[in-house]
Amino acid sequence: MLLIHCPYCDQQRAEIEFAYAGEAHIARPLDPAAMSDEDWARYLFIRSNPRGRHHERWRHIHGCGRFFNAVRDTATDKFEATYQAGKPRR
Amino acid sequence: MTRFSAFSLFAKALGGHQGWPEQWPDASPKPAYDAIIVGAGGHGLGAAYYLAKKYGITNVAVIEKGWLGGGNTGRNTTIIRSNYLYDESAHLYDHALKLWDGLSQELNYNTMYSKRGVMMLAHNVHDIQSFKRHIHANRLNGVDNEWLTAEQAKDYCPPLNISPDARYPVLGAALQRRGGTARHDTVAWGYARAAAALGVDIIQNCAVTGIRRGADGAVLGVETERGFIASRRIGVSAAGHSSVIMQMAGLDFPLESYPLQALVSEPVKPVFPCVVMSNTVHAYMSQSDKGELVIGAGTDQYVSYSQRGALHIIEHTLAAICEIFPIFRRMRMLRSWGGIVDVTPDRSPILGKTPVPGLYINCGWGTGGFKATPGAADLLAYTMAKDEPHPINAPYNLDRFRTGRLIDEAAAAAVAH
Repeated sequence: MLLIHCPYCDQQRAEIEFAYAGEAHIARPLDPAAMSDEDWARYLFIRSNPRGRHHERWRHIHGCGRFFNAVRDTATDKFEATYQAGKPRR
Repeated sequence: MTRFSAFSLFAKALGGHQGWPEQWPDASPKPAYDAIIVGAGGHGLGAAYYLAKKYGITNVAVIEKGWLGGGNTGRNTTIIRSNYLYDESAHLYDHALKLWDGLSQELNYNTMYSKRGVMMLAHNVHDIQSFKRHIHANRLNGVDNEWLTAEQAKDYCPPLNISPDARYPVLGAALQRRGGTARHDTVAWGYARAAAALGVDIIQNCAVTGIRRGADGAVLGVETERGFIASRRIGVSAAGHSSVIMQMAGLDFPLESYPLQALVSEPVKPVFPCVVMSNTVHAYMSQSDKGELVIGAGTDQYVSYSQRGALHIIEHTLAAICEIFPIFRRMRMLRSWGGIVDVTPDRSPILGKTPVPGLYINCGWGTGGFKATPGAADLLAYTMAKDEPHPINAPYNLDRFRTGRLIDEAAAAAVAH
């Protein structure tokens, strides 16, 4: 089980308190009507899925309830950092 | 290669089983091949076998990062079934199921395919409606699937607790009698032995590090830890690492790789006659011929390549097993492990051509790829040999994520999403 640092509560807590919420920093299109099918497919379905550094969203669902971002190595499952939503990509 | 038969077993037994030759040679890479398969699991080895056997392309190499059959082929719960809802899925998985029949004879290798039946338990009204819809859809597609009352389910699988007081009462079940299990390792070994006998080179401990493309964009070959190997036809069958390989060719794929865990108990006498799945309670189980209960868990929630998962996932699964089968409450678990499964947004595989000429893909089987092994292998071989998909795998193209013609198969995984 992962130990995850919530940047809002500033506490290291067990994974069962958190819900994974997919890859981070995927921006919703500002002008959906202007998007091509390729762009929609990329926005909806294509994910980087790297073996290595991964930017991802977590939600402290059984704690403060807030979303935040994290950088984790997917080969070792080690967290490099967690940071508040809206802060620049690490 | 010595053919396995009752006579050859007897003759070798007289010599204390000392005189068996190796089942396939450990090949070194040649400079060039007519076709290369990346990934020596059941799917990849099978594709090499069918390329050689059905399409006469015998100058083939199967390149594997680790050891043969050490990925998801050796890490699954060996369940075989084809009771999928949609037409495309029923055709695909039933194609595989038909090939499972007679596979042992064809490969001269006992895959221990056992049609012991796959039973899916209904615990609520929604389950009943959904399973009956599946049963009707399956029958229209020529796939066997039948409805059992709770009492009939108990007759078929005596350890089942059908008491109305159970936390998750069993209201009935859907049974596919042709479903069952096979011995997972023998599928890889059988295909490897049969493919090697036809001239296929199996190259282990040789990770692919790059895919070389020419000025026209078409593939020229693969860079590996043991040098460049040329081929104009490359099939990728790399399961959880598919998106890593495809990125070497500059392609982004709609895949995410998750850990999926499974575990086995201590071996006991035969007690559990079939495969039972409960999507609502989130558990599935069978008993191997060795006597271990084979139990599958759900995926972990996060993307990972670590081949291990969290204990709370296993706890949740075992709690569900104990709920449905109270007789197993005192069983001890022996081993647990994780595999990396590549999941697509619609839970259906991607099997066919890619935008890169000469590069073919078989990926996205998620949590349910073992059952499809012979079918996927056959269809990948067809696609590579003809440079066009077979009608069965044509709907499983990459373009469906652009056109929106998804095959949204919620039943693709063994457990509910």
